[in-house]
Amino acid sequence: MTMTANEARDLPGAVKAVKEGYTVHDSSADYQTVGSPFVAEPKMRIRNVDVFYGSEQALFNVSVDIGKNEVIAMIGPSGCGKSTFLRSINRMNDTIDICKVSGSFILDEDDIYAKSMDVVALRARVGMVFQKPNPFPKSIYDNVAYGPKLHGLVSRKSDLDEVVETSLKRAGLWGEVKDRLLKPGTGLSGGQQQRLCIARAIAISPDVILMDEPCSALDPIATARIEELIAELSENYTIAIVTHSMQQAARVSQRTAYFHLGKLIEVNDTERVFTNPEHELTEAYITGRFG
Amino acid sequence: MIEDHQKKAEQVARGLKRRYRAEKRFRFYGIMAVAFGLLAVAVLFTDIITKGSGAFRQTYIQLTVHYDPEVLDITDLRDESQVALGNFSGVIRQGLYDRFPQFSSRNDKRELNKMISSGEGFELRDRLVENPSLLGRSETLWLVADDDIDTYFKSYGDSGGAFTGRVSETQRAVVEGLKQSGDIRLKLNTNFFTKGDSREPEQAGIWGAVVGSFFTLVITLALSFPIGVAAAIYLEEFAPRNRWTDLIEVNINNLAAVPSIIFGLLGLAIFINFFEVPRSIPVIGGLVLTLMTLPTIIITSRAAIKAVPPSIREAAIGIGASPMQVVMHHVLPLAMPGMLTGAIIGMAQALGETAPLLMIGMVAFIVDIPSGPASPATVLPVQIFLWADSPERAFVEKTSAAIMVLLAFLILMNTTAIWLRKRLERRW
Repeated sequence: MTMTANEARDLPGAVKAVKEGYTVHDSSADYQTVGSPFVAEPKMRIRNVDVFYGSEQALFNVSVDIGKNEVIAMIGPSGCGKSTFLRSINRMNDTIDICKVSGSFILDEDDIYAKSMDVVALRARVGMVFQKPNPFPKSIYDNVAYGPKLHGLVSRKSDLDEVVETSLKRAGLWGEVKDRLLKPGTGLSGGQQQRLCIARAIAISPDVILMDEPCSALDPIATARIEELIAELSENYTIAIVTHSMQQAARVSQRTAYFHLGKLIEVNDTERVFTNPEHELTEAYITGRFG
Repeated sequence: MIEDHQKKAEQVARGLKRRYRAEKRFRFYGIMAVAFGLLAVAVLFTDIITKGSGAFRQTYIQLTVHYDPEVLDITDLRDESQVALGNFSGVIRQGLYDRFPQFSSRNDKRELNKMISSGEGFELRDRLVENPSLLGRSETLWLVADDDIDTYFKSYGDSGGAFTGRVSETQRAVVEGLKQSGDIRLKLNTNFFTKGDSREPEQAGIWGAVVGSFFTLVITLALSFPIGVAAAIYLEEFAPRNRWTDLIEVNINNLAAVPSIIFGLLGLAIFINFFEVPRSIPVIGGLVLTLMTLPTIIITSRAAIKAVPPSIREAAIGIGASPMQVVMHHVLPLAMPGMLTGAIIGMAQALGETAPLLMIGMVAFIVDIPSGPASPATVLPVQIFLWADSPERAFVEKTSAAIMVLLAFLILMNTTAIWLRKRLERRW
């Protein structure tokens, strides 16, 4: 995620952007996001977030709201900081020693980075689905049951069975795996594995689900299946999704956030972003002039 | 650009030949290197097996012995001191005199006395104690021959003539007589597998060293595996990356390269001189070998932990597992095959280690089979060292046989390591 100026120049998108003069005004650490980053009654309020990897700054003063039960998509060229941003939301960046996060992340009423916030408890509220399907090398059942058991959400075996069934049903996987729940999760196809990972994430009933390019390792059919699933899940969950595919962002999300070189350039309704973007950088990106 | 395509094709073709030659040459070197290695192993094994296989068989002489109370000087078998002092070798001697009455001179009798192993008197005593009704009666037994007779008899059919060594004319005549009546023959050497060390080659066995090695390795494994794995997990999963952990890492790698005798000196200085642990016991052998094995186990365990895909860790963290749970539920099970392999390889190293054990007194001459980790013992490689150092010719084959036993254990352990890895390895 972190880049030096040289690395940034190596990126084709950045090269084009620089060549064609699409640069954010330099040294504008207080860049103001255009569009409508804030919503009424948000699920999460994120304000003035800076992220550093060592001495390299990866995010500059990002402020945005994530609405209840909405799907917000994060797009932008490689290295723009969208994954960094996503991973800051459930403190996955804590595992990287040199990563420093400042600013405030408020989930409902609780500050995610407060001293009193237990990171384990936080992750029971903010689930995550990763780029590459990463089921545990255990049975399908154990994959889904792992989270509820971990957090002590169920006490009886029958309750656990029910949670596993509901989660797999919600992830649209139940019909395909109900006869082989005790077979290893790693034996499923890529798309099924990713849905298993989604089932695993929703088994602990999180408020927010973060998805980091969940379809980038999948074929188009599996991708379509996951996209449908995201639409269904948004009835019950708040979803933040990072994607490289603008079509995907257009299909699944209600709002879209465009990141560029660590700055949140624009947040608007998805339709607006893809038809009539406010910022010239957003327009340059969605029209394919770079990216 | 080369415009002339014909010419270009020719140039490429010329180069191709050279490239293929180079590849052939390279392959040849590779095959030679492998062949050399295999040849060395084959020579080593052939040499050891041809030298050592004789030790698994032993010359026995069939003799009728009479448990004569007068010769034995035993009147009452319940009197332990009488039994302990009983002249059982006298009984054997009398048996030999009776069998060969033609050798009646003092000199001849002295030669006859040396035919049967001096340890066989104890065998007779044990038989008598077990079966008191034998007192005053006769019994025909196969008795272990003396090592000189054994060496002579085994070399009987050799092309260069039999090895006479210290065997006298009289003894050769006796062997000839026994051979004609079928009363001397090679049988399975049970002593070798059931007894401890002895000054008499024909009574010396490997079992004491095997048991000593077993206790030593159990202690080594019980200490080095948990400590090594715990250190590896802490360094890999929890320790901050700073100068101190860098220093620790460098030192662990250094420890792995320290000559093993230094660990022996350390054990001598710290465990024996400072903590006053008794010498020569498997406990201290295990402690010293633990020091020696730890770096190996830490390094292989860290490599095994590193090999666990980060995506599994992320998945577990992402679902809210604490760092401890990530390790216990995911990292450890996935890294276990690698860790076990490392541990077994470490154990195999420890099993073959001699130098540090010399420093802590496990080189002592110990006849009794060790009864526990705190009783004096020696180990297989040290036993080999001891026997290789002994002057009796019969120890030559014992040495090779002991090497065979040690190699068998090493091969067994390495096979187990491979089997475990294959068995426990999971795919993801």
